[in-house]
Amino acid sequence: MDMLNSTAETRAAAAAASQTGMPVEQPIKLEVKDVHFFYANGYEALKGINLQLRDKTVTAFIGPSGCGKSTLLRILNRIYDLYPGQRVTGQVLLDGRDILGKNEDLNRLRSRIGMVFQKPTPFPMSIYENIAFGIRLYEKIPKSEMDGRVEAALRKAALWDEAKDKINQSGLGLSGGQQQRLCIARAIAVKPSVLLLDEPASALDPISTAKVEELIEELASDYCIAIVTHNMQQAARASQYTAFMYLGELIEFNRTDNIFTAPANKRTQDYVTGRFG
Amino acid sequence: MAFQNTEHMISSYEEELTRLAESIAEMGGLVEASISNATLALLKLDHGLAQTTIAQDKQIDAMQRKIDENIVSMIARRQPMAGDLRAIVTSLHVANDLERMGDMAKQISRRSLQIESLSLAPKFYNGVKHMNDLVLRQVKAALDAYATRDSAAAIEVCNGDDEIDALYTSLFRELLTYMMEDPRVITQCTHLLFAGKSLERAGDHATNIAEAAYYLDTGRQLSSEVEQLHRQQPKE
Repeated sequence: MDMLNSTAETRAAAAAASQTGMPVEQPIKLEVKDVHFFYANGYEALKGINLQLRDKTVTAFIGPSGCGKSTLLRILNRIYDLYPGQRVTGQVLLDGRDILGKNEDLNRLRSRIGMVFQKPTPFPMSIYENIAFGIRLYEKIPKSEMDGRVEAALRKAALWDEAKDKINQSGLGLSGGQQQRLCIARAIAVKPSVLLLDEPASALDPISTAKVEELIEELASDYCIAIVTHNMQQAARASQYTAFMYLGELIEFNRTDNIFTAPANKRTQDYVTGRFG
Repeated sequence: MAFQNTEHMISSYEEELTRLAESIAEMGGLVEASISNATLALLKLDHGLAQTTIAQDKQIDAMQRKIDENIVSMIARRQPMAGDLRAIVTSLHVANDLERMGDMAKQISRRSLQIESLSLAPKFYNGVKHMNDLVLRQVKAALDAYATRDSAAAIEVCNGDDEIDALYTSLFRELLTYMMEDPRVITQCTHLLFAGKSLERAGDHATNIAEAAYYLDTGRQLSSEVEQLHRQQPKE
């Protein structure tokens, strides 16, 4: 019944949106509620963050170095758990369920919430194995099906045409931009619903950057995507919502158009116009 | 929102933005003078002043071209955001409106060159004189609203346009009456009518500048807000 209602709601929202010209607002996928984060030495890096990441939407996180945007990203898939002494208070709800609990299956969580880092990190394996490795952690499937899954992931990451003739060669032999797309393929191969991209293009040349941005635009129709970026224009191009953070606080969160044409907060204005940062 | 401005970290960017605002103000001053001189030339039948005003239009056009070039260069190099983006884009619009107002002044001056002698009684010229005063007040108010990013003042300018339109309508009726009473005055009254129309159009451009000022201050379009307000108000 709920599914029927939500479909009807989505249709009504789409109809209303096409009349007003405003983009359709997708349902909330990930909700951050009063999250505080403390490093092992007690330093409070995040001071009560509240925001929502919508499904099939790209949300950009911008702010000066040290503002906490990457820290926040690393809470969303509990990567901080790898570092003893770091702790979080508050809630992070994925489809309404808090993932910060002690009993959370972290491996399962990190397949549902994938992450791509600034520096491409392909495994020292073949391109094929880079993708298959993750799938094997969660599923037991025959080789023929695995072949199909690997191809699908590489196609979705816009890497298949470039990689298909060297699929059994080392992933480390790819260019920087290709390696990054391999990392994205690896993340989406395990069927996540959320993708966290931490400055995915800052180590890449302009053409590779453009290819990654193009890929993000395509992936946005299927995934909830959060991207941390230092590149203001990239945030403006690639996202529908933008969060501006400063010194561990969320200063402003709004539709990207508003943030970059008419921000409500002076600090946001100063940052996006290059008056400080 | 138009916030109190912190300085840009790149001082040359700050200087470029300042120079852009100054060039708009300078162009605005030139256009105000042109409109005033054009009407004066018409009312006093000063052909010399009319010629000078026509020649000055070239200067106004050149200023607009320079502003356009600077803006395109700034957009390419600076990739402006937020308030800077609105300032740069609205400057493009304002320069365009000022150039059109300069054209109005030139047209009024051309009219006065076609009048050989002043044969009408002073009462004939009162309407145009009144319109001129009102339009100049509007132009000044619009440019001030833009320079100070004052959305409240911008709204007042937009509201003030009704008075100019009403004044033009009454000028039209008045001159029509004169023409019907005495066919000998038709030629000169027709020139005055066209001059009134040029002034009325200059007033419309002043309204456009006010709308740019509103957008610069608030980031919202005044015309769509007014439309929304009308939709919300119950029909009487």
